[in-house]
Amino acid sequence: MAKKKRTEIDENIAIQLDNVVKVYRDGRKPALNDVSLQIKKGEFVFIVGNSGSGKSTLIKLLLRELLPTEGDIYVNGTDVVHLRRGRVPRYRRSIGVVFQDFRLLKDRNVYDNVAFAQIIVQARRRDIRRNVPTILSMVGLAGKYKARPKQLSGGEQQRVAIARALVNNPPILLADEPTGNLDPTNSWEIMKLLEEINEKGTTILLVTHNKDIVNAMKKRVITMKQGVIVSDEEQGVYIDED
Amino acid sequence: MRISTFLFAIKQGFKNCVRNKLYSFVSIMTTAACLFLFGVFFAILLNVQHIVRNAQEGVCVTVFFTDEATAERKEEINSLIMNRVEVKDTYYVTADEAWAEFSQEYFGEEYVAGFTENPLEKSDNLQIYMNDVSMQSALVTYLNSLEGVRKVNESAITANMLTSMDSMVTYVAIAIIILLLVVSAFIISNTVNLGISLRREEISIMKYLGATDFFVRAPFVVEGLILGLFGSVVPLVAIYFMYGQAMDFLVDNFFSLQSMLAFMPIEEVMGLLAPISIAVGVGIGFLGSFFTVRKHLRV
Repeated sequence: MAKKKRTEIDENIAIQLDNVVKVYRDGRKPALNDVSLQIKKGEFVFIVGNSGSGKSTLIKLLLRELLPTEGDIYVNGTDVVHLRRGRVPRYRRSIGVVFQDFRLLKDRNVYDNVAFAQIIVQARRRDIRRNVPTILSMVGLAGKYKARPKQLSGGEQQRVAIARALVNNPPILLADEPTGNLDPTNSWEIMKLLEEINEKGTTILLVTHNKDIVNAMKKRVITMKQGVIVSDEEQGVYIDED
Repeated sequence: MRISTFLFAIKQGFKNCVRNKLYSFVSIMTTAACLFLFGVFFAILLNVQHIVRNAQEGVCVTVFFTDEATAERKEEINSLIMNRVEVKDTYYVTADEAWAEFSQEYFGEEYVAGFTENPLEKSDNLQIYMNDVSMQSALVTYLNSLEGVRKVNESAITANMLTSMDSMVTYVAIAIIILLLVVSAFIISNTVNLGISLRREEISIMKYLGATDFFVRAPFVVEGLILGLFGSVVPLVAIYFMYGQAMDFLVDNFFSLQSMLAFMPIEEVMGLLAPISIAVGVGIGFLGSFFTVRKHLRV
């Protein structure tokens, strides 16, 4: 078998997709169809689109939860498609991820939820003791480190999830509908926090349905429809597909 | 792997047991119930075998000597017999002992006094006790071929019956024990499976955060080992305390069988049952958690 030629990746590119196709086993139509895109380091990018447009599939591909049927994916220079299974954990540590449903460990307090991400990367105990309070202060939860997730509001739980995603200093943060379960006030607070994080240099790729937020933030907006990118605009707006 | 990761896995395994109290309790009880049944049956098997083997040890082959056999020849015959693997022990019965035993069994004191000489003067004999009664006929053939041997008495029917009984009990017991183990493994692994399935979200969170398979799996495996260990110790303790009472009950209520019912001491039963039971409990806990977690690692 011919050895695959290594594609040259620009050092300033955080995420690159080349002609990515994803067809699920039972799917008639591709979930992603010949998608190519580049996201520069330090960018803040919204991915918008209706249900079934391929946004979640894109996130799963970037997390290496799925493999594409065709095409290549590069994240911070790593060839994600050809990554050996044993290398996937180390790759995932370079990406922070935030979900709509927070996905916190319900039986652990705020401190332990955040510390857990540091334990996974085998951080030293004294580093954990220093880093966790620092990141909790950053997200405004220093005073609630002993609280369990169910004792927190939705916005606070999402802050914990963001703290956990960032405590290992990943260069990229993927956020899948981070405001989907929050009221407008909490949604704005989370967006402000994410903007601050982005200003410190973290690349953010955010999947959302929230039209108001997208239109107000004036960031790059990639719109997807039925597995295809239909628009990609700097300082774009939410294009309603209905 | 760092030592701290290893210690974290152990600590986390213990914590998981405490955190998921209900699941831990159900797992331990399920394992304990299965292994209790196994243990009870195993103890019964050991005792049946013990009783049968005791009966086998009582079976003896008796050798009578020819008139020409000298004391040296009799000693020589004894040595030849003792060299055989199936022979456990021999006992030389003098003519006087033979008469004393016979007269005591069949005559009263007043009749015995009427005999001035020993009627069994030529009946000194060698009683042979065997390790394995199934080899009785081979031994009898050998004994008959020896010079100086006049007659060999054997109890072929008893020997054959005991041999068949021993084999039958062993085969049936092995079949039932295997069945019990398979059922136990199925029930216990299902319980482990259920417990881990309830925590698949936790596993997926770990995987998204970049945890290695070892890191995710190790606490579950430690947890499985702990639950398996407790699940096997509980029935052992129960059987230890119930065994003596059960034996007393059998002896009290089946008095007529008292001479036959030679039970194994609990220490001997435990010596065999404890390692098997703990190995099964810990083994199922380990394998159950190891393979069940594997299903959820593909995230």
